[in-house]
Amino acid sequence: MTLSEIVKALDATLLTGEDKLNKNITRCGASDLMSDVLAAVSEDCVLLTGLTTVQVIRTAMVAGVGAVVFVRKKQPPQQVIDMAREQGIPLMSSPYSMFVSCGRLHACNLTGLDGRR
Amino acid sequence: MSRLKKSFHIKARDFIRAGEASINVQNLLKSMDFDPRLIRRVAICGYESEMNVVMHGGDGTLSIEVDDEKLILKIVDDGPGIQDIELAMQAGYSTANDDHREMGFGAGMGLPNMKKNSDRIQIDSPKNQGTMVRMVFFIPEKGITN
Repeated sequence: MTLSEIVKALDATLLTGEDKLNKNITRCGASDLMSDVLAAVSEDCVLLTGLTTVQVIRTAMVAGVGAVVFVRKKQPPQQVIDMAREQGIPLMSSPYSMFVSCGRLHACNLTGLDGRR
Repeated sequence: MSRLKKSFHIKARDFIRAGEASINVQNLLKSMDFDPRLIRRVAICGYESEMNVVMHGGDGTLSIEVDDEKLILKIVDDGPGIQDIELAMQAGYSTANDDHREMGFGAGMGLPNMKKNSDRIQIDSPKNQGTMVRMVFFIPEKGITN
């Protein structure tokens, strides 16, 4: 599914990444543990997290994550948004919990990082 | 013959800048047109070890050296060292505190991740003499790949 379809499915607010709305995403990971993201096959995935620190963006840069969703309506500091914009990593914030966000994306046929459903 | 040798400073407990050295290495390797998968492995190892220095170590450096066959990533710090390296290599073992976990780290995955992503890993941590982690990544087309 495209990033713009993910924005719709999660009733999310796009914080940065307007130019990447047509990007295609097939896998999703959900974690507050950045080491788990680094250990998994997370290239080009959408990452759901409740963490809003700069380390989320650095993890996304190192691991090649395709987009980041902050769940539970979390709003990252401006510094985090600026860093993501500079690096071309789309960010959005969803009002739904981690569980509901995962469920909504699973219902849209996204797989886990290991390709399983 | 060495094609590149560069070092970056790591400051202990600076959680805002933690990871910058690894991103610098990632950008350097990208500019040298290495395979993205190789760059990802090096960046992951650099980032995990950099976080370890910031969380547990003293001030230190992260350096990258590139020759025709391999990349060598070396992380040195002057902190208290690793008490039990064997234990620290076990997935899930951690001496991290709540502050570390709030940053998304400290789950005991750092060293296992580094071992998984490097071709060779050497850790020296004599008591109270800091820690040195040296990782080797062979360049697939030219060197040994396993």
